[in-house]
Amino acid sequence: MSSSPVSIDPAQIELIKENAVLAISSAKSLDELKEIKISHVGDRSPIARANQSLGQVPIEERAATGKLIGTARANINQAFDDKERELTLARDTKALVEERVDVTLPTQRTHRGALHPLTSLRFEIEDLFVGLGYQVAEGPELESGWLNFDALNIPEDHPARTMQDTFFIEPIDSGLVLRTHTSPVQIRTMLENEPPIYVICPGRTYRSDELDATHTPVFNQVEGLVVDKEITMADLKGTLDLFAARIFGPEVTTRIRPSFFPFTEPSAEVDFFYNGRWIEWGGCGMVNPKVLEACGIDTSVYTGFAFGMGLERTLMVRNGITDMHDIVEGDLRFSRQFGMGSR
Amino acid sequence: MKLPISWLSEFITFPKSFDPAKNIEKLVAAFVKVGFEVEDVINPAAGIQGPLKVGTVLEIEELSGHKKPIRYVALDLGEKSKRYVICGATNFQVGNQVVVALPGAVLPGNFAISARETYGRLSNGMICSARELGLGEDHSGIIVLEDKFKNGSDALKAIGAHDPIIDIAVNPDRGYAMSVRGAARELAMSLGFKFRDIESKALLNKLAKLKKSGKVTQVEILDKSGADLIFLRSLSGLDPSAKTPAWMARRLTQAGMRPISLAVDVTNYVMLELGQPLHAFDAEKITGKLRVQRANSYKSITTLDNQVRKLTKEDLLIADEKRPLALAGTMGGLDSEVGSQTSKIALEAAHFNPVAVARNSRRHILSSEASRRFERGVDPLLAEIASARAALLLIEHGGANYHGTSSKGALPKANFTAISPAEISKLIGTEYSSVEVAKALAAVGCKVSKSGKKWRVTSPSWRSDLNHLSDFAEEVARFYGYERIPSRVPTPKIPKSGKTGLTPLQQRRRYLSLALANKGFTEVHNYPFVNKSQMDLFGFTGERAKTFKIANPISDQNPLLRTHLSIGLLETAARNLSRGAKSVALFESGLVFRDIKKLENATGISTAKRPTANQIKKIYESVPFQSLHIGGVVAGEIELSGWWGKGRIASWEDAVSITSELLLEITSDFSIKNVELAPWHPGRCAEFIVAGKPVAHAGEIHPRICAALGLPDRTIFFALLVDAIPVQSAIQAKPVITMPAAIQDVSFYVPAEVSAAEITSVLREGAGSLLESVELFDRFQREGDPQISLAFTLTFRAPDRTLTSDEVSKLRELAASSVVKRFKATLRS
Repeated sequence: MSSSPVSIDPAQIELIKENAVLAISSAKSLDELKEIKISHVGDRSPIARANQSLGQVPIEERAATGKLIGTARANINQAFDDKERELTLARDTKALVEERVDVTLPTQRTHRGALHPLTSLRFEIEDLFVGLGYQVAEGPELESGWLNFDALNIPEDHPARTMQDTFFIEPIDSGLVLRTHTSPVQIRTMLENEPPIYVICPGRTYRSDELDATHTPVFNQVEGLVVDKEITMADLKGTLDLFAARIFGPEVTTRIRPSFFPFTEPSAEVDFFYNGRWIEWGGCGMVNPKVLEACGIDTSVYTGFAFGMGLERTLMVRNGITDMHDIVEGDLRFSRQFGMGSR
Repeated sequence: MKLPISWLSEFITFPKSFDPAKNIEKLVAAFVKVGFEVEDVINPAAGIQGPLKVGTVLEIEELSGHKKPIRYVALDLGEKSKRYVICGATNFQVGNQVVVALPGAVLPGNFAISARETYGRLSNGMICSARELGLGEDHSGIIVLEDKFKNGSDALKAIGAHDPIIDIAVNPDRGYAMSVRGAARELAMSLGFKFRDIESKALLNKLAKLKKSGKVTQVEILDKSGADLIFLRSLSGLDPSAKTPAWMARRLTQAGMRPISLAVDVTNYVMLELGQPLHAFDAEKITGKLRVQRANSYKSITTLDNQVRKLTKEDLLIADEKRPLALAGTMGGLDSEVGSQTSKIALEAAHFNPVAVARNSRRHILSSEASRRFERGVDPLLAEIASARAALLLIEHGGANYHGTSSKGALPKANFTAISPAEISKLIGTEYSSVEVAKALAAVGCKVSKSGKKWRVTSPSWRSDLNHLSDFAEEVARFYGYERIPSRVPTPKIPKSGKTGLTPLQQRRRYLSLALANKGFTEVHNYPFVNKSQMDLFGFTGERAKTFKIANPISDQNPLLRTHLSIGLLETAARNLSRGAKSVALFESGLVFRDIKKLENATGISTAKRPTANQIKKIYESVPFQSLHIGGVVAGEIELSGWWGKGRIASWEDAVSITSELLLEITSDFSIKNVELAPWHPGRCAEFIVAGKPVAHAGEIHPRICAALGLPDRTIFFALLVDAIPVQSAIQAKPVITMPAAIQDVSFYVPAEVSAAEITSVLREGAGSLLESVELFDRFQREGDPQISLAFTLTFRAPDRTLTSDEVSKLRELAASSVVKRFKATLRS
């Protein structure tokens, strides 16, 4: 079947295109656009039909008319794509706006945990010294009087023994005490190891003081012990300076002044200068040769230093804690202020 | 030790330009520099400015018509004319000397004195009470001076308020500094000023010249281990009514002692001044000889503080031939005390053994001024000198006659040590020239005789603590100041053991603590003190019922040591709830104490050298093993209520789940079973087992305990025995299989008492090595049905091939039939 050739007026093509583009641009939603696509882009749309009738266009006009139709179709598709993009973006944007929430709402549905700040401080000190090459030595809290006193040059009848308010265990002649310092760990370390010895001894200690704003019968100490060749009091001073700077800040300085402890000779108290005043920090000194000898260390070859300070006091000064009750009572509002100790 | 500056000044030659009372801060720094902490500075005149003068009351005019008595007083202040002041006190009369603040003076509290009209008269100053001068609370009247002073002289001096007091702490190795003389020696050394010692020879000569014939009480030392030297000086004719001179009474008061009577005050004064405790006996109450001896058969003594003290055989006494008279070096007896009628005195000064006195003091819980000095060591040279000084004071102020002295014993040999000065520099870490070392040692009182590199250093009699190089090193270092010591950081060497860093156990404890904090638990540090009724409430049995008792607890409330963390954690949880927390999650890591092994006794092992291997073993075995536990509690919600809705109360599942998660991080293999164990709910406690040993328990706390402590029902608690879990060697990784998995489900009816864990483990055994995992996905039990239904998903996977459905079905059959056989189970289709 054939029909006579029919020319397509370029103006008609232009009209089809303009109608289509106008319709597309008037679409208000993706749904509307979908409808418009059917009538202006789909198989039955005027432009598609024009294209289908191209076979009836006289052969000599066909190329030119085909080109016109092709261009018009491309324009229509372009308009459609643009509109679709525009409407999709608008829809998505609107959805995001609608999905906005109040991010300040409470979100913690589980308990928030925390380390006790004394534990964090202990970790901090352990890390400092482990980093220097020390080991961390620990020992029992219920301790032999021999290790807590005798080996530390605190004989039975020495007044220094009454300096320490000791908790004794029944029966008294068992010789068991709650350790009054972590120094028995130093003795254990020296009995178990040969020099060189570089250790710190953190741990719980006990003295029969009533709990008040600044005292507690159960407290924590960290002690340091170094036994090696050519160890001097200058090594002690340098180690204390480093320790203080790390814990209290790089600008903090220390001073040592003469004192007495049975287990060190010479002995010293160490103070640090903080917020404009000297604050007592702990005791220190060169390990008394009697102590080294009680552990079988050759004092003609080795010397050593030791120091010890209270963790509670250190924490109180550094973190502005004014009442010991807060540290010992286990109220979670206290520890939670410190979180995991990374602050 | 309270040290009035005026008293210190008698032993130090201060340069003219240096007024010690005006340089208190320098004196304080000087004491600190050589090792004496200053506990207090008492400066009574600190708040007083301007003219304060001594005046004599010339006339008193009583002014009437006022609410209270008012006097208009004429005073002689050594001025050209009389001075008139108004005074509201009435405790004085014409002829008394009083303290007058003149216009221009400022008294404590910024109270400015000026001339003013009052009660219709011109008051030209003020007569002062002790309280107005800030010298005490006494406001009952004005100060009336006891001694005579020049009118118009400085009244601060007259009342002793011009004299600041420095209170120093004396360490146990420096007994000699428990005296004005000893402290002054240290202060002079620290300041670089000249120390002016007592003229001991002149003192002894003076006393010898005063000797008059009369009875001399004899002395003997029956126990040489108790004292090596004693002097007993006999005096008579003491005027029992003689008053202690005001200057002496004032100094005693300044030093913190109460004036009592001339004889007692003189002994105390000389003790404070020189450091030698003395005792004055009423000589008429001594029968025969005075003896230093042990108590032996004597049963009791009544001491000066009116306490009857039961004696033990070893107590060191001063006795006569019939009875004990004093606890030697500790406290005198009431019977031989110097009384208001005493005129004959036996004045005793001894060098007692420090240990003997320490034991006296400890046995009788009696720490006295004397015992504190003897325990710390008294200069043996002092017994003779101090007793002579005291005798002279009694002669001078009490009119006594001296009849002679009985003495026994001898001075201990002087101590000497061979040192080489270069070693001191080596120990301290800074260079001291040998000239410097010699100078410092001389300042301390040592005598040095040099022969080549080795020096022979003789310690002074008051420094029995100096007998090793390190002792002398300390003297040199403190003489030049510790600030001279440089700062140097040593480089640690790797120990011979090769071990560095934290131990596996230390790492484990850290990991567990951090993990718990991450899981929402807040760490607490509880005291490990508990009591019997808590232990009973918790129902501990076996190992956990056996603990240690503190002989001297702070209060009798909690004398026992914890055997388990639960008591402390649950009580702290309850405290948090009572303070308003809605729910709490707490954890603690710490040692527990169980008295379960017979312990060695390691007391009395010598410390002169390293103990033998056997002795060391004994020492270690005298101490009980103290296991490290980590425990946790959740009381109330574990998932919190909020705007999102209701939370979830913690239950046994949380306890088991948290414990499992923690265990999985430190050990790859453990099993769980139900146990009945206090303090948990008998049906809701899991025991975790590694290598056949229980390593943890978790579950709900017994409702009875929750109720008693005020904790919510279902409060959960778990405890891990951190050190009971073997340290694992490095994990050997299994390759990841990428072949597809084959999944089979299987479900059973089983008796309700069979645990899921048991079935899981039998399924594993039955299914063989191709089984990758077993998961319980369903569990139900009809009401009243003794059987439960359990459904599991079995996942199989082969490393090298895709499993066929036949293969997998067979494996499922094997697994299922082993369960059926083992547990009287029936397979559900």
